[in-house]
Amino acid sequence: MRALILAVSLSALVVASYAAIVAQQSAAVAYSDMPKRLGLGTAATPEQIAGWDIDVRPDGTGLPPGKGTAAAGETLFLEQCAMCHGDFAEGRDRWPVLAGGHGSLAADRPEKTIGSYWESASTVFDYVRRAMPFGNAQSLSNDDLYALTAFLLNMNDVIKDPSFELNKDNFTSIKMPNADGFYDDDRETTERKFWNGDACMTNCKATVAVTGEAAVLDVTPDSKSAPSVD
Amino acid sequence: MSEDRTSDRQSRSRRQFLKSAGLTGALAAVGGPVAWSQATNATAKPENLPPHVPDWSKYLGQGVADRPYGMPSKFEAHVVRRDVEWLTASRQSSVNFTPWHELDGIITPNGLCFERHHGGAPDVAPADHRLMVHGLVEKPLVFSMNDLMRMPRTNRVFFLECAANSGMEWRGPQLNGCQFTHGMIHNVMYTGVPLKVVLNEVGLKPNAKWLLVEGGDAAGMNRSLPLEKALDDCLLAFKMNGEALRPEQGYPLRLVVPGWEGNIWIKWIRRIEVGDKPWLAREETSKYTDLLADGRARRFTFVMDAKSVITNPSPQAPLRFRGPNVLTGIAWSGRGAITRVDVTLDGGRNWREARSDGPVFERSVTRFYVDFDWQGEELLIQSRCHDSTGYLQPTKNELRAIRGVNSIYHNNGIQTWLVRASGETENVEIS
Repeated sequence: MRALILAVSLSALVVASYAAIVAQQSAAVAYSDMPKRLGLGTAATPEQIAGWDIDVRPDGTGLPPGKGTAAAGETLFLEQCAMCHGDFAEGRDRWPVLAGGHGSLAADRPEKTIGSYWESASTVFDYVRRAMPFGNAQSLSNDDLYALTAFLLNMNDVIKDPSFELNKDNFTSIKMPNADGFYDDDRETTERKFWNGDACMTNCKATVAVTGEAAVLDVTPDSKSAPSVD
Repeated sequence: MSEDRTSDRQSRSRRQFLKSAGLTGALAAVGGPVAWSQATNATAKPENLPPHVPDWSKYLGQGVADRPYGMPSKFEAHVVRRDVEWLTASRQSSVNFTPWHELDGIITPNGLCFERHHGGAPDVAPADHRLMVHGLVEKPLVFSMNDLMRMPRTNRVFFLECAANSGMEWRGPQLNGCQFTHGMIHNVMYTGVPLKVVLNEVGLKPNAKWLLVEGGDAAGMNRSLPLEKALDDCLLAFKMNGEALRPEQGYPLRLVVPGWEGNIWIKWIRRIEVGDKPWLAREETSKYTDLLADGRARRFTFVMDAKSVITNPSPQAPLRFRGPNVLTGIAWSGRGAITRVDVTLDGGRNWREARSDGPVFERSVTRFYVDFDWQGEELLIQSRCHDSTGYLQPTKNELRAIRGVNSIYHNNGIQTWLVRASGETENVEIS
């Protein structure tokens, strides 16, 4: 602990206005007079939409036909996913851990996984469908997607029976353990104190002590580990 | 800092530290702490100084055709985005950081805007790019880039800040350099079409309430955007700082969501689906939700709260001279305009109002200065900003008291730098 006594002389400060130029960008984007339709763009055909409309919502909207079991998903997972996520979805190296961590969210070191944290099973399907396998996205069949989702939910004890067939009709019956763990942004209420506008300017505290230093941790690499800048 | 805390930290492995800071996979960080020497600090060659006449005053320089696209001086080669390979599992889902300690004014040069992608940065041919808009609309449409560039456009300066900017600092000071503590923000003038113009083309159905916005990259990045925001100030941008978007910033088309966390500014945007409920995409549940101490999490924390940082001096830009010096930094708020920045040099005992210089825009970076005299005293310097909603940037401990230390995102606490008598500057926290 170290108290510092400081004596700093400030040269004459010029305090400029912060308000002068704001008006130039105010009123949101100034384009307020909505025109009649410009008639630009071409009609999107059902085939075009079907090719790109890959999202799935928590209420099941967007789920394609298909089915799969955790048992089938395990085979796929070992072939296409385990090299990063581990055989049991436990994660390898720095790749994401997908299973475990149940009950850890209030712990000092929470482990946020599909089973411990995710709000909706649809998120698994939606994300795997659009982004996985990493580097070969949108390559899985609908049956593959149901099977892999079932496997990941099985690894998280959400689906207990590896032979349970997950499909479009029973998908929304899946309830995630942490489904009630989220609430909408409430900062304007719970952090109301930050809108106090009353900032102390002089003699605000008697002493000052350093309570933490980045140098102690020493995780900032030195210039030797920085990229070459030739 | 107590001895116990010190030894506890040193006993943890690097990876454990990173996990604890919420960095695995999602965040990378780190480059050098000190003294990539600024170009002006190199030792001068006497033969170039008066009364001698240097070579560049005698012999011809490069011709106009030598550099069809201009690049910075070779003496500025150290001014680059930085990342560290060992921090993330792959470079295609990673991040690098803007070197704010080397910049001034409010505009970030395009080549220094930090990058964050989740499936690499694709090279998309604009002739092959399409934006599909469908869902709860009267007339689903596909737009080409040519279609979009025939619509009324506007120019606006906005910051884009990653919600995880400063996310490594929740448990205490970690990284020595404002590039790493505050480098996931850039500030750019965008040229683009108001999103409401495009939505007007397709016609919204009365029950429209949310949009799914989706990228064309290999991550298919998707987020749910409230319709109210879409109709307010969002843009579909194709230019940044006057020229085409850079590939890593979404070329040829990106969404601009002023004041909101960077993750929702979808790059390479290919599709907008109009719906009546949010989708709960991975990036708005598994990620970009704020886990609080009680184990519950805030979601849809879109707005970036007011925040500021002193960029000079800072660990990568130590003080070098006694006498007159310029302290400078940046401030921004997702809720409006910066109305004031206060600076302390004595650890928060006394504060002075900094002067702003350059344009002050809503939801844009504002530049501030304190011109001061330094005689080698140790300094504990901080900045704190006020915005047009009356919000005052909180201390890190005030944030921790409400949120705990595991929320990763939205750390807008006051940053402290310790300037030693040598001028060397470190990332610290104070009482």
